[in-house]
Amino acid sequence: MNPEVVQNILEKHNEGQDGLISILEDIQNHFGYLPQEALQIVADKSGQALVDIYGVATFYKSFSLKPRGKHLMSVCLGTACHVRNAPFIVKEFEKQLGIRAGETTPDREFTLETVNCLGACALGPIAVVDGHYFSKVKTVKVKEIINEALAGFDKIEIKTDQRIFPIEVSCPRCNHSLMDRNNLVDGHPSITVTASFGSKHGWLSLSCLYGSYNVSSEHVIPIDTVLNLFCPHCHAELISGSNCSECGAPMVPMIVRGGGVVQVCLRRGCKGHLLDLGE
Amino acid sequence: MINLTINGLNVSMEEGMTILEAAQFLGFPIPTLCSKEGLSPYGACRLCLVEIGEGDRAKLVTSCTYPVQEGLKVRTTSKRVDRARRMIIELHLASCPQSKIIQDIASKYNVRQQRFRQEHEDCILCGLCVRMCEEQMVAKAIGFRGRGETRSIGTPFDIKSDVCRLCGGCMYVCPACSLRCTFSEPDKAICGACANIAAPCLDKDKFGDLMCYMDPCVACEIEK
Repeated sequence: MNPEVVQNILEKHNEGQDGLISILEDIQNHFGYLPQEALQIVADKSGQALVDIYGVATFYKSFSLKPRGKHLMSVCLGTACHVRNAPFIVKEFEKQLGIRAGETTPDREFTLETVNCLGACALGPIAVVDGHYFSKVKTVKVKEIINEALAGFDKIEIKTDQRIFPIEVSCPRCNHSLMDRNNLVDGHPSITVTASFGSKHGWLSLSCLYGSYNVSSEHVIPIDTVLNLFCPHCHAELISGSNCSECGAPMVPMIVRGGGVVQVCLRRGCKGHLLDLGE
Repeated sequence: MINLTINGLNVSMEEGMTILEAAQFLGFPIPTLCSKEGLSPYGACRLCLVEIGEGDRAKLVTSCTYPVQEGLKVRTTSKRVDRARRMIIELHLASCPQSKIIQDIASKYNVRQQRFRQEHEDCILCGLCVRMCEEQMVAKAIGFRGRGETRSIGTPFDIKSDVCRLCGGCMYVCPACSLRCTFSEPDKAICGACANIAAPCLDKDKFGDLMCYMDPCVACEIEK
């Protein structure tokens, strides 16, 4: 645990004088749970007694004092879900994951918990996995849900989604193709450019599938970093005058083979993009 | 002064007194587990129920948290109060049958058996020890944790608290436990009287102005 993180959170909350619950929420968002040392720091800095903080942390079900897994699975056991077989769904999750409700798998992948109502009773039985809602869950679907969570929800199923199609692009300055056939992303040749952020400089490969946001890169690029992209052939910076409609960061234009321009947002993690295929 | 009627007796009491204090002042016995002079009223044990008001509007309130009011009509041992009180005694017996204080109250009210599932808790969650620790010892070493049926009293993370100075006040006031001995796990001990040789008075430099409720006191025993 990094004490500086807790310090920063406390600073943000008026040196710990603001509401305790929002401080604990921020700590839990960062670590995934409330570490003992973090609570001690909060107690020392805010001048509140550790018992009081511990009392709040144990009172609310959404706070966890134990480390939780990467994927959080909540199964609804409210009345409506209960009469629609939710207890069997929980049992199936328990069987598949090999843990009891409220526990975390030893490899820290999954945490299974039951909740009392998710407020969507008509869709019951409901399971929420990493913020994705699954309605009318059947026991046979449980395994599928677990596998999907393991694969990650951000990856879109390419085979089944009709909105996804490959595009080939080239540099708007020198018109060299940016496609790299030796570097595959999503099983297709990738769009490879040079990316720089901070003092780092290296290659970045984007998926050529329109609608897929998968990338690979030489350096790990933190979320929210605004990149500068350069053409690997003419070394000109790829930048357009327009800004992303979602986050306001600059956009990078690329010529689509067959006519048209695609623009993508330069902010890592932002999904803002613009496809203009012309006529 | 505030005029009210307790068991048909017209009395005038000082403002700010609770019904419990007024009744005890007048000599009407009201049983209680969670109230103690010097500690703030809490109303957890519910034994001090009294009936206030008249006719259909009569209701049961905990006298330890209810301040005296002008014209209030209080009955400390009506049929309804007695019935409710016996039920509460039964519930306390069901959770903490080994407590001498609860047994004494039960025999006083002629409660010979209880009809609930027998448990063997060592705590009735009356919060006396928590208030003792906070208000008299100014330590805040123990507190309530969790909620619902998993609510419990103890130190954060179940480890010995930095602010606990082993005064033993929590055990001194406890109506349910005679002594919570955790000999096998001295780290988790609240008192550590039996396992921890470092009795409070040996740490006197650390806690200058200290009170000790240990009986028998470990340090005094060693000196003998």
